[in-house]
Amino acid sequence: MPEAIKQTSAEPMILMEGVHKWYGQFHVLKDINLSVQQGERIVLCGPSGSGKSTAIRCLNRLEEHQQGRIIIDGTELTHDLKHIEAVRREVGMVFQHFNLFPHLTVLQNCTLAPMWVRKMPKREAEEVAMHYLERVRIPEQAHKYPGQLSGGQQQRVAIARALCMKPKIMLFDEPTSALDPEMVKEVLDTMVGLAEDGMTMLCVTHEMGFARTVANRVIFLDKGEIVEENEPEAFFTNPQNERTQLFLSQIIH
Amino acid sequence: MQIHTFKPDLPPPALSVGVVGWLRANLFSSWFNTLLTLFAAYLVWLIVPPLIQWALIDADWTGTTRADCTSGGACWVFVQQRFGQFMYGFYPTELRWRVDLTLWLAVIGAAPLFIPQIPRKAFYGLVFLVVYPLVAYWLLHGGFFGLSTVSTSRWGGLMLTLVIAAVGIAGALPLGVVLALGRRSDMPAIRVICVTFIEFWRGVPLITVLFMSSVMLPLFLPEGMSFDKLMRALIGVILFQSAYIAEVVRGGLQAIPKGQYEAAAAMGLGYWRTMGLVILPQAMKLVIPGIVNTFIALFKDTSLVIIIGLFDLLNSIKQATTDPAWLGMATEGYVFAALIFWIFCFGMSRYSQHLERKLDTGHKR
Repeated sequence: MPEAIKQTSAEPMILMEGVHKWYGQFHVLKDINLSVQQGERIVLCGPSGSGKSTAIRCLNRLEEHQQGRIIIDGTELTHDLKHIEAVRREVGMVFQHFNLFPHLTVLQNCTLAPMWVRKMPKREAEEVAMHYLERVRIPEQAHKYPGQLSGGQQQRVAIARALCMKPKIMLFDEPTSALDPEMVKEVLDTMVGLAEDGMTMLCVTHEMGFARTVANRVIFLDKGEIVEENEPEAFFTNPQNERTQLFLSQIIH
Repeated sequence: MQIHTFKPDLPPPALSVGVVGWLRANLFSSWFNTLLTLFAAYLVWLIVPPLIQWALIDADWTGTTRADCTSGGACWVFVQQRFGQFMYGFYPTELRWRVDLTLWLAVIGAAPLFIPQIPRKAFYGLVFLVVYPLVAYWLLHGGFFGLSTVSTSRWGGLMLTLVIAAVGIAGALPLGVVLALGRRSDMPAIRVICVTFIEFWRGVPLITVLFMSSVMLPLFLPEGMSFDKLMRALIGVILFQSAYIAEVVRGGLQAIPKGQYEAAAAMGLGYWRTMGLVILPQAMKLVIPGIVNTFIALFKDTSLVIIIGLFDLLNSIKQATTDPAWLGMATEGYVFAALIFWIFCFGMSRYSQHLERKLDTGHKR
């Protein structure tokens, strides 16, 4: 059940103001304005090439924006490496292709950043890692290598790995797009569990069922612009814009 | 409801498994393959029996002079009599224990790195890499703490070959890795420096490098200033080989998917931690064959120091064959040299294969 959007006067967790980005001559993001409060779950969707992945990759500066401001939990993303590293410590990311480190075991994948970035002692890092591996329901795979796991298991490890840094925000970049169909549900269930615990989440996905059950807001991007933004029920049942209508008619059968 | 019954697993046809199956599949699968098999067998028959006859059956093993070689086969008496010189060069006989001790220390010191149960390997390895060269220098060269000096001009034989190869490998690998990272750096100045360095050293032959270091360099140095000939050769070898290592490692770096860099960055790891913990461990594993290839080439190239008058294994043997008392023993000498070189190179090759298997974590790209 999507609850009503929290109307708090607190500082937003994520603030994008007039963000523009170009790849060479190509204008990928055009005047993106977005404010996300703590605990909000946002789903970004849109046709391929619409800039939705680029938009969330700007939030931890895997991509650099060239105009406008991005402020994450009070820290503005600039060229200052200190700011970038501070933001990355607080923002977890899950990728389409998992990007687990194949030379490390599942447990080592999960303890790497806490130990080297947060300076956590090894024992404590392993306890935290096992806690989150239990949460994603694969503690028994802790000593295997990623190459020995199925796609769905790998993506759940990737989620646990990001959670081990105890982030305030989680970004999901098409987390189920590279999975075999029978593995999509286990990953989505994990994400739903995370949402129920109140994590601030931004999710690029085509899983409209997930958007309906979990999101506070659905944002539709096309050609680098936010075309429509609404609560999921209204978004799916009564899209306002013709671009949105066309997109929804193409993905929902 | 219909319930499907699965068929039971059956054994494969008898002719496709076992020795017969292997022979059929690998040696006699077609008329062309059969022809090749027979031809190869003929070649083996042509080469191997005469070789064994000469080297083992007809060979002379005991004696002290040339006159003791009477049976017409290989005269291993020559190698036996000159063995000390082949191993140690002109290193004083009474001090050869220092060379032996250096080698034993290397074996004993490195052993814990190969025992899985021993903890803190990385730390131990680093300490070993720092401490051992100092100890080895002290033992081999001496001159302080009670050991008399043995000048490098008296070093020779297999010992000198191993010194050049070991120093070359230990110096060229880290320098090569740094150069490879520099060549892929985002900073143009660093990139240009690394590219220039790599392309310069790859563009000149090693023999030129050695010759320059030995003959030309002293001309440019101020009057009265000189440093050790072996030292100059070692620096030349390190700089030369590091350029090759750098290109091999760069190949490995390029094979690592962009997602690995992004995942590391997204977790807040900086450049050096990303490289040291995520990228290099994977890249180095990928390029083990290329690196070992370079090391094997380096090991064999050490014999080029003959051009600057150092007496490595090959030059020591060459020298011994010109001794009037042992004229006509060149074949035995060179076969012996080839055997030693082959043992070391084959050892490196086998070890690299073992490493590849050990580090395989089942992630096939």
